Amino acid sequence: MRRRRKILWAVVPLAALHGLVLLAEFFAPYHYATQNRMLPYAPPTPVHFFDQEGRFHRPFVYELVPDETGMGYREDLTRPCSIRFFVKGEPYRLLGLFSTDRHLLGVDEPARLLLLGTDGFGRDQLSRLLHGGRISLFAGFLAAALSLGIGLALGSLAGFYGRWIDAVIMRGAELFMALPWLYLLLGARAFLPLSISPVQTFLLLVSLIGTIGWARPARLIRGVVLSARERDYVLAAKGFGAGDSYLLGRHVLPQTLGVVYTQAALLIPLYILAEVTLSFLGLGVAEPEPSWGNMLGELQKYHVLTSYWWMFSPGLVLVVVFIVYHHLARKL
Amino acid sequence: MRWIARRLLHGLLLLLGVSVLTFAFTEIAPGDYFDEMRLDPRISAETVEALRSRYGLDRPLHERYLRWLGSVLRGEFGHSFAYHTSVGSLLWVRARNTLLLTGLATGLAWLIAVPLGAWAAASKRRWVRALFGGGTSLLLAIPDILLALLFLLLAVRTGWFPVGGMASLDYPSFDAWGKVKDLVHHFALPVTAMTLATLPVLVRHVHASMSEVLRSPFLLSARGFGIPPRRLLFRYALPVAANPLISLFGHSVGSLLSASLLIEVVLSWPGIGPLLLESILARDVHVVIGAVLMSTVLLIVGNLLADVLLYAADPRIRVES
Repeated sequence: MRRRRKILWAVVPLAALHGLVLLAEFFAPYHYATQNRMLPYAPPTPVHFFDQEGRFHRPFVYELVPDETGMGYREDLTRPCSIRFFVKGEPYRLLGLFSTDRHLLGVDEPARLLLLGTDGFGRDQLSRLLHGGRISLFAGFLAAALSLGIGLALGSLAGFYGRWIDAVIMRGAELFMALPWLYLLLGARAFLPLSISPVQTFLLLVSLIGTIGWARPARLIRGVVLSARERDYVLAAKGFGAGDSYLLGRHVLPQTLGVVYTQAALLIPLYILAEVTLSFLGLGVAEPEPSWGNMLGELQKYHVLTSYWWMFSPGLVLVVVFIVYHHLARKL
Repeated sequence: MRWIARRLLHGLLLLLGVSVLTFAFTEIAPGDYFDEMRLDPRISAETVEALRSRYGLDRPLHERYLRWLGSVLRGEFGHSFAYHTSVGSLLWVRARNTLLLTGLATGLAWLIAVPLGAWAAASKRRWVRALFGGGTSLLLAIPDILLALLFLLLAVRTGWFPVGGMASLDYPSFDAWGKVKDLVHHFALPVTAMTLATLPVLVRHVHASMSEVLRSPFLLSARGFGIPPRRLLFRYALPVAANPLISLFGHSVGSLLSASLLIEVVLSWPGIGPLLLESILARDVHVVIGAVLMSTVLLIVGNLLADVLLYAADPRIRVES
């Protein structure tokens, strides 16, 4: 029971985060590509509760205007703009199903609600973070599913049938594990088209990352299958004339579930990192589509790195996500 | 000796497999280096075709592969279209730099990891355990990219460290002491970043295998004989715990190289990483293959080294083979 509670401590925040990014259009105040050309690298907008006379208010912000130096921003204190919930904003299709224009948060005109500041095009960093999270988190998730799928298929094949099938598959796995994964990933990416549509890029990344990582889960699953195959009850079922597919599905594969879960908890953060790395290096998701990788890539410009701390926000979220996933992997 | 020869042969076959794999990938690749030239109206289609046939790009796959294999035997590793030289001459320097960075960082990381892990495993104080667990978890969760960026920030912000490169431009004009100082100055940040990137995994493994050994009865009796704790830890427990750690060294080379790639790119270290990235963007096929292959060679050498160490450290393995 205690163990279960500890697992829940990791699963619930992860589920919440995935829900948040899945419904990014609703939770994000703006579209990820909406530019505010007058507000490049604006700092996070401070949220106020007390106005100039010290009276309590519902939460509000002031409009940001360029300050006297022309280098920074100051708040236009003459007009408070209230933050409102479920406001009408840019129209979108939620999950690609229903059309609506309601956003969770919004602010009265003319102010903009920039809770995490803006990037060089004046695009809201929070909105980009949420949309980018959808790409990064789900790339990791789907790639891990693909990897485990291939690993399950090949690993159980190798473990169950043995002989030359086993030999061929395991030599292949050794080949893949002999390469430093990032070099392999980049090498494989090198020979695939560089400029394609965002959806294609996403699918390409997922299949590339997932395919390259098949070897380790396959080896582990093979080991489990190998020992499960020799269990007495499996041999008994075989003696009663059970077919291969029945044996595999009913007796052998359920044994591998433990390994599959732990591997998933280990592989997902690794693959999120793989997507982030590729996009960071300019080989993955491309502008204007956000991903935590290409958002971090902005920091390779020195002036961004030194002056605009809020541009580090994707990195911070990544650290939190990894801590939770590592915790989950330990407790499984 | 025969055992080492067999491992070497195994490694060689693996390399051959990797090269076939990467070459097969080039076949799926749409376009090549000369595609950009086609867009240039000043270069006629005939010129491009002539260039392609000069470099043998119009030949079938197996012929290209054999040609390339021949140039590998001459140490050339094919031809770089972008640099107009043999890939080998580009790679050797870069590989040396990568090896320097990873080698130094690995050495440093192990030097820190072994005493730290052993101490944390032996300690019974709660705050030591909490600090150790929390610290390694946090360090483990920080992606290499972020780590490298933070170090870059440190360098740019403070100006204490040079940003990028391995030596100053006027390096040859320094005297011996100046050269050493300049090198240390340039090495400091990338090596520290690499060390921090590899440290948490190592410390955790040292901790795990030491904790296991510390629970064994022979250490209890050794303590009963009145052997002092420090001697107990490093003379008695460590050699027993060393075995899985040496194999870990072999396995960690792969992730080491991957971490090194990112740190090299972000901190502009002239290693294999930036070269690989550059050649990917330019579709300089042979350089990509060469870089991937070179990383595999480093990995295989690392594994071989681990095997030899294991052979030296563990008498059981000597008997078996």
